[in-house]
Amino acid sequence: MIKVVNLTKRYPGFTAVRDISFEVDKGEVVGFLGPNGAGKSTTMRMLTGYLPPTSGHASIAGFDIFEQSIHARQHLGYLPESTPLYHDMRVNEYLRYRASLKGVESSKITERVGDVLEMCDLKEKERSLIGTLSKGQKQRVGLADALVHDPDLLILDEPTIGLDPNQIRQVRELIKNLAHRRTVLISTHILPEVEMMCSRVVVIHKGRIRASDTPENLLQKHRSTGEVRLELHNAPEDARTKLASLGGVKDVQLKKTQNDSLFLLRTEAEADPTTELLRLAGDQHWDVRGLVRKKPTLEDVFVDLTQGD
Amino acid sequence: MRTFLTLLGREVKSFFYSPIAYVVLFFFLIATGFNFYSGVSFLNQSPSEVTVVEAAFNTVLFWFPFVLIFPLITMRTYADEFRMGTIETLATAPVSDWQIVLAKFLGALLFYILIWAPSFLYFVAFQTITGKQAALAAGAFGGSYLLLLLIGAFYVALGCLASALTNEQINAAVMTFVAIFGFFVTGLLGFIMNSPSQAIRDVISYFSAVEHMADFSRGLIDSRPIVWYTSMTVFVLFLNLQVFQYRKWKA
Repeated sequence: MIKVVNLTKRYPGFTAVRDISFEVDKGEVVGFLGPNGAGKSTTMRMLTGYLPPTSGHASIAGFDIFEQSIHARQHLGYLPESTPLYHDMRVNEYLRYRASLKGVESSKITERVGDVLEMCDLKEKERSLIGTLSKGQKQRVGLADALVHDPDLLILDEPTIGLDPNQIRQVRELIKNLAHRRTVLISTHILPEVEMMCSRVVVIHKGRIRASDTPENLLQKHRSTGEVRLELHNAPEDARTKLASLGGVKDVQLKKTQNDSLFLLRTEAEADPTTELLRLAGDQHWDVRGLVRKKPTLEDVFVDLTQGD
Repeated sequence: MRTFLTLLGREVKSFFYSPIAYVVLFFFLIATGFNFYSGVSFLNQSPSEVTVVEAAFNTVLFWFPFVLIFPLITMRTYADEFRMGTIETLATAPVSDWQIVLAKFLGALLFYILIWAPSFLYFVAFQTITGKQAALAAGAFGGSYLLLLLIGAFYVALGCLASALTNEQINAAVMTFVAIFGFFVTGLLGFIMNSPSQAIRDVISYFSAVEHMADFSRGLIDSRPIVWYTSMTVFVLFLNLQVFQYRKWKA
């Protein structure tokens, strides 16, 4: 669906995107991650035909984004960062205008606009002026606009930025539902979201691609240490040394509060000492209050890949 | 074509989303109405060789509001879209940059035509009430309104160009006013300078909207201003496209 080959964008004095290449297949949901200023928006703007690349090629649905820009754009729905909208138009009026602009047949406009209003839960707001809507509602209008011509590909630039947790959940649910029949390229900072939604992750940093893989594989490759937390009531003195001698445990830290002790075990990447640990606790008649094996998150991977240099 | 009409439709409608269209229409009607009234009362004072059409289109009262409306009409066109960021949704829809530039220009021009339209009724009312002709020839009517359209197209294009240069409407308005005022004053130099040479006089006469109107409102339809305004409009629109793309690509 998307094919990017050696794409580069240079501005006077600095290079925003350096020679990146990646592909997105039909039906994939790809998370586009990177710190602020990494080149995510620039890449998305080039894909949508807003910015011309300095060098390299990219195509959408087989159409070159620069040479056949209009055809390429017909296949994509784009939600820019910060969701720009005409605040002095009404919701349904805006969507009708956008549908017509994107070439939806006149006889189908009412039906399509009705559909996206339904999908984005905007039915009650269709007569409202866009300027009077809340941020979450505006975001949904932006999504409805991106969807109104039923594109094969959605490019969403930080669709959940600046929303409260409830609104984030709504927008996330919405995007999840949309993803069934479409290809989606989504940039976000909310990493748990990516783990939930995306079949693949592309990490970009300083204009270069640092990783491109499934979230599972990324976690597999990049986890260097694991962590187990054990909470004991009235822990005996020798508990710490016993824990440290378990297989795969690198070191043990102890935090004490009155009668309770919290042990933090750092382990080798692949090691899982929990079974052994439970057996030990049973043998020693420890009073176990809690045991958690913390899995590495995408956040750790993200920090790993994008910190330093 | 359909996408272009969609764009054009929104441009024209967008004037009426804000109160500014109604304010401009209201004050412009008052100004032109007063101008027409003073033209008629001037003719009432003494016998004169000029027609009502000539008297109405060749006064300070006509030119003063005339140059002021263009900044008001065009200041929003691009500046607002750049400021709000909507230029990004607009320019990533399947429309070409030329279509955007032309739609914005024609949208503003249509609004300009709309605010002039009621003035035609003044002359119709004059003929009906007095039973006298407002102009001696159809050419004077046609010429006056043709020139209004030509000058209007050029000044609207200038305004659109200024608006494409900035994010702030007020900057666009000031730039438009300065540009139009510059052209206007250049045209007046012929009246101020002491016996300029024929060559200078010829060059200046291209800029002189006042001289053009004096000719056209008598029915003297000269091809030079027609070519001048048309080619300048096309040239400014071409610059407009370059500026639009440059700013978009710099983003």
